[in-house]
Amino acid sequence: MCLAVPMKIKEIKKGFARAEAGGISRTVNIEMLPDIKKGDYVLVHAGFAIQKVDARRAEETLRMLDEIR
Amino acid sequence: MRYVEEFRSKNLIKRLARKIEISAPRQPVNIMEVCGTHTHNFFRFGLDKILPAGIKLVSGPGCPVCVSTQEYIDKSIAYARRRDLIIATFGDMLRVPGTESTLEKERSSGASIFTVYSPLDALRLALANPSRKVVFLAVGFETTAPAVALTVLAARREGIRNIFFFTSLKLIPPAMDYILRDRRVKVNGFLCPGHVSCIIGTKSYAFIPKRYKIGCCVAGFEPLDILTGIYFLLQQINRKRPQVANQYLRAVTASGNARAQRITREAFSVYDASWRGFGDISGSGLILKKSLRRFDAGDELPLKIKLRTSPAGKEGCRCADVLKGLIQPPQCRLFRRSCTPQTPLGGCMVSAEGACHAYFRYRQSEF
Repeated sequence: MCLAVPMKIKEIKKGFARAEAGGISRTVNIEMLPDIKKGDYVLVHAGFAIQKVDARRAEETLRMLDEIR
Repeated sequence: MRYVEEFRSKNLIKRLARKIEISAPRQPVNIMEVCGTHTHNFFRFGLDKILPAGIKLVSGPGCPVCVSTQEYIDKSIAYARRRDLIIATFGDMLRVPGTESTLEKERSSGASIFTVYSPLDALRLALANPSRKVVFLAVGFETTAPAVALTVLAARREGIRNIFFFTSLKLIPPAMDYILRDRRVKVNGFLCPGHVSCIIGTKSYAFIPKRYKIGCCVAGFEPLDILTGIYFLLQQINRKRPQVANQYLRAVTASGNARAQRITREAFSVYDASWRGFGDISGSGLILKKSLRRFDAGDELPLKIKLRTSPAGKEGCRCADVLKGLIQPPQCRLFRRSCTPQTPLGGCMVSAEGACHAYFRYRQSEF
């Protein structure tokens, strides 16, 4: 039940944002992430953005994965 | 989808599987995946088939539907039977067997039960039906708690008086501590829940390596995330250096989402919650603060009927042992005989995240 999907922020409006992923667009509450900006990726759970996806740290993980041989 | 496909690369999965095979210790290893979404995805992506035989994943208590008490389910059904109420619930709850019925059965006999995706949908239901009372079944862990908190706070701010929250919100670290205190439990490492950790941070598990000398790794939910998490845990076991590792770097930090934590604290206080199969665990649940009690279904909508709840649930059901990782689902004698996803007798068979459900669905060929 703690499912969360990474979605891209398209537009921000008073505590809510329009976010998109896989061709689906949703209105999500962003009160837990006051510094979020258009273009950021967030994890969305039950209609709420719960955390920003850190692009740099995602790269780091993928690089680390590539180095495991 | 970005941040999804990259973590499903078949090449990297194969390479990581080989690496895990090489680093598997001689003695058998039990890794507890605490989160139900890990359980589900582990089977869904066929990862059980690529792990070496000595490494066993055992399911933990991280499926909210599975750990909700029989009393909570029976009371939810009792609310559904009241024709003056509208029930809003997450879909997983519908088929959970109460002592006498399920929400799904109540709905087919006329109860107003709406499946919602977000607690905010329950608030919208209340706005759209001003003459009726809406009861939201707020079930979940730390991930869901701030979402429920923001919804309660919004109801107060906007003066919405016809929404009530029937809460069963639970906290994961106290449940892990409870499991570790049971000497029968043999766990060599914890795969910690990624989205709970988004909120509470890796620091919340520090007591586990410190007090119990058992390693933890917070992991994401894609196949590469889960496998890397297992690999990191094996490294800790081999080096005998238990610590809290973080594989889910892209979403989890040491301290978590401080604002979400503050929001949760604004609406809820911590109390000793009751878990199915475990009983009361000190400091393991959240209840609405006194100042918000007028939104509490338990306080505002007392049930006048007497419940005939059997505390242990269905006779012979071994969900409690499954949730502690003491047995695997097929070791329960109800499993697949009288207990199936179509006719679930225990919580672990109801939810798609329950260990029994996942076993039934993905390992049919072995029975």
